[in-house]
Amino acid sequence: MGRNKRATQSFHFVYVSGTEPQSGSFEELAMPLFDQLYNFAHWLTRNREEAEDLVQETYVKALKGFSSFHLGTNFRAWMYRILRNTFLTSRTGLRATMTVALDLEEDGPELAVESHTPETILIERVNSQLVQNAIDELPVHFREILLLCEVEEMSYQEIAETLSIRIGTVMSRLSRARKTLGERLRQNLKGEQSNGLRVLEDTTRHIPRR
Amino acid sequence: MVCESWKTQLDTYLDGELPSEEMHVFDTHVSICPSCAADALERVQMKRSVKAAGKRFTPSAEFRRRVHQSIAAKPRRSIVGFGWTVATAMIAILMVVDLATTYMGRQRVHQEQVYSELADLHVATLASSSPVDVVSSDRHNVKPWFQGKIPFTFELPELQDSEFSLLGGRITYLGQTAGAHLIYQVRKHKISVFIFQETSLPGRWDEEYPATKKLSFNMETWSQGSLRYCILGDAAAADIHNLAELLKRAAG
Repeated sequence: MGRNKRATQSFHFVYVSGTEPQSGSFEELAMPLFDQLYNFAHWLTRNREEAEDLVQETYVKALKGFSSFHLGTNFRAWMYRILRNTFLTSRTGLRATMTVALDLEEDGPELAVESHTPETILIERVNSQLVQNAIDELPVHFREILLLCEVEEMSYQEIAETLSIRIGTVMSRLSRARKTLGERLRQNLKGEQSNGLRVLEDTTRHIPRR
Repeated sequence: MVCESWKTQLDTYLDGELPSEEMHVFDTHVSICPSCAADALERVQMKRSVKAAGKRFTPSAEFRRRVHQSIAAKPRRSIVGFGWTVATAMIAILMVVDLATTYMGRQRVHQEQVYSELADLHVATLASSSPVDVVSSDRHNVKPWFQGKIPFTFELPELQDSEFSLLGGRITYLGQTAGAHLIYQVRKHKISVFIFQETSLPGRWDEEYPATKKLSFNMETWSQGSLRYCILGDAAAADIHNLAELLKRAAG
């Protein structure tokens, strides 16, 4: 896979940091990742206290294992991997992963793109809450890969390192995550529209007819 | 489906993960294909929406401070603390070593001065026309001569079976302390024996200190019965030592 995150193309997303060689103390390397690790942890756990515990435990584990980390390799992926592994072994993580079947998407071909309905064009204009709800409804393995790719702007290689999976699996899982998110968004959008129509009907019902 | 082969790779293209040559081909295709362009636009909008919605949770300042403290303060504090401990210990050791060196140096200077003074007394006495005040080869004459002149008494060895002979004695002074200065002879070498009260002499004596080499004299010193004995002369070291043994046995 190439690394062509070009800023000049409107469709390309630039991400190069995190793949560069790093040097410095653990504190200097780890603290700039604090906000994004917390955000990721909260998405995984869906709970503030659990997210704080997860981040705290991640930093403690990473500090202990920092001597085994090789400077120059990807520190960010290393931190995310620790956080994710810690989450997966937590009660919430075990509960979340037990309800998910992973066998369908591993290393499969990328999904052929179906024709999209025009309402998905409106996704950018729907409120952020709707998208957040749709992300939140995703199974954890879709949620995490989507966040790593879109929010953290990790390369496929970084995602593969973080999730300890192959790049082919990254591509197929990401494709399915996007498809599932799109479907949920369309459903939620339809639900909102019908709700809006019902509210409109309820409101207009009381208007005197001439 | 239109452009199916292109669209299977559209996400990879938009994620910037295609090889650079394929990226250029894709750029060209998207610019001329309305279907792929619309699809790409939709997906970019989705990516942007997810990115905006995904940045949702912010840690509290208190939590950040707590984690920061847990990873930053402890190791640094311990390293700094350890550093200070080591530095303090090093300074203390250096001070002790410095003081000890200074003390030892002063002791050495003091001993050198004492030995030098004794050597001077030895040379000056032998150069004198009357080196001894009591001329006698008999220890029973010499020892009583010191009575009332010095504040202590001492024992002298019987020399009948030795190669040493007693030439006589005189009162001497070292550091304003009166003592006995005896002159012995072995073959043609004259040897001075100095006896002082140990407590009246300043400083500590290092009996192993090789001052004799510096002074070109052989010398031996020891303490016995609260008295400090110093033997000094140009005789061989073995002669000096033998005389010392005789004196020690007599005093013991």
